[in-house]
Amino acid sequence: MPLKLYDLTAHELRELLTRREVSATEVCRAVFERLAEVEGTVQAYITLDRAGALARAEEVDRDLRAGRDLPLLAGIPFAIKDNICTRGLATTCASRMLHNFVPPYDATVIEKLNAQRAVIIGKTNMDEFAMGSSTEHSAYFTTRNPWAPDRVPGGSSGGSAAAVAAGTAVCALGSDTGGSIRQPAAFCGVVGMKPTYGLVSRYGLVAFASSLDQIGPLTRDFTDCALVLNAICGPDERDSTSAPGGTGDYTAFLLDDVRGLRLGLPREYLGDGLDEGVRRIVLEAAAVFAQRGAHVEEVTLPHTEYALPTYYLIAPAEASSNLARYDGVRYGYRAPVTGDAVDMFKATRSRGFGAEVKRRVMLGTYALSAGYYDAYYLKALKVRTLIRRDFEQAFEKFDLLLAPTTPEPAFRIGDKTEDPIKMYLSDMFTLAVNLAGLPAVSLPGGFLDGLPVGIQLIGKPFAEGTLLRAGYAFQQTTDHHRRQPALTGEILHAAGGGSPKDENGSLFPGEGRR
Amino acid sequence: MLTKAEVEHVALLARLDLSDEEKERYTTQLAKILEYAKILDELDTADVSPTAHVLPLQNVFRPDRVGPHLPAEDVVGNSPDEEDGFFKVPRIF
Repeated sequence: MPLKLYDLTAHELRELLTRREVSATEVCRAVFERLAEVEGTVQAYITLDRAGALARAEEVDRDLRAGRDLPLLAGIPFAIKDNICTRGLATTCASRMLHNFVPPYDATVIEKLNAQRAVIIGKTNMDEFAMGSSTEHSAYFTTRNPWAPDRVPGGSSGGSAAAVAAGTAVCALGSDTGGSIRQPAAFCGVVGMKPTYGLVSRYGLVAFASSLDQIGPLTRDFTDCALVLNAICGPDERDSTSAPGGTGDYTAFLLDDVRGLRLGLPREYLGDGLDEGVRRIVLEAAAVFAQRGAHVEEVTLPHTEYALPTYYLIAPAEASSNLARYDGVRYGYRAPVTGDAVDMFKATRSRGFGAEVKRRVMLGTYALSAGYYDAYYLKALKVRTLIRRDFEQAFEKFDLLLAPTTPEPAFRIGDKTEDPIKMYLSDMFTLAVNLAGLPAVSLPGGFLDGLPVGIQLIGKPFAEGTLLRAGYAFQQTTDHHRRQPALTGEILHAAGGGSPKDENGSLFPGEGRR
Repeated sequence: MLTKAEVEHVALLARLDLSDEEKERYTTQLAKILEYAKILDELDTADVSPTAHVLPLQNVFRPDRVGPHLPAEDVVGNSPDEEDGFFKVPRIF
């Protein structure tokens, strides 16, 4: 079966566009036709922007016809996670709290994609405020895994990963605070990169845990990953944690050569809690690298088991502070109550936030409160130092680390919603990277019972180039990334997205329609 | 061990109204999570300095110059209640 336009990579589409074999409008229409076929099943998007997407595509076509030089991502269909601000296009964070929020400004990464003349198809579903690993914590609906619609796509950037896998976007942006790009990329069989903390501006990313959050690309291969990274990275004076300095051209690292690369296999990532099939796939990947000339050796990261509790003190603490801004005053939802301002704040936050967000706000507030700060929050910050040092020591001997992205392939919808710790454990292999601020990427490493399995490469700070080189070389030898889900078009729900969870169609039961 | 009274206190600090059912649930769940976090006490961190964030940045300066600003009507346009370009809130005192 010949490939459809929506199944191509950005760099393949670029060639067809510059040779004038297809138009950007045809590409855009192909994506919207694909949406009509499969979105009822996948439900990746909260908001679609058909008019805006087609207008941008037509503008690109006019310039192509006029023979103008266009940036490399011109006309490429993008999905944007719904916690990245888009001027004039609703940005809900999959929360009732922001159900009506239309940003008056663009995030820096959106300005940069607009400068590339990329086509923004819409805003993707996620766990509310990026807190979760499955999109089941979205206030709107659960996105389905395109490989198995009874399973989760991962999270929190589950909509972005599912869209790239299902052909309803060619590239996507997500955000990663503890694995939220890499874990859904693994579950959906795509490439998902979390850059070094500070490489990509967070201006316009709705803050969850500011010392951990980072925006990054989800793509079908490493050439696209490099192209998107080129487009979105770089210093920004509107983000004071943006790293200074230039970044160069990441496509220069797309070399089919890993000879001499020193690759460490962290022992702690291959032990307890890891599915046997996933372990086999990681070891097979290690063999591929070794065969291609890399030196592969075991390494130890002794504080690995402490990463999960450390993360689940630091991230909620930062979240409880960041989410204090949702008070019903300046934007978003306000509960209709009589009483004073504090009554209004409490009612707004209690009805506007979902269960997982409240749980983390409570946990974070507790960890920061008088009498507990030293025992929990400060302790966690100190252990964070030990976790960083583990990586620093490993990187004295190695250029890259290879690990599983997740302990198992995509789990069934509903399997982990009752037990928060069970859900948190699905991020056990991704959290430490955020605590240490390192770059890491998940790429398709193989399949188990028809479900994609991700392998994770972890690099030194600002060594995205090494990740791209190793990932690119791996994909020259393997074809896991070329497999596509056999989405049959079975319709589980009416297409159109945005259908709220509540059965009577109201996000705020008892408050009438809004 | 976390008590229901502590959960109520934390809820007040976080400006959340919790139902009785939520109070029960969060008391159990938070206690479980905090108990899990206790494994950090196995580590001696007396001589370890904390990492608040990973970049070696302290104060970040930029030139102080007038740049573009969002129009006021766009900014208050998202407010649940506004009057004459001001955010309107219930009484505070």
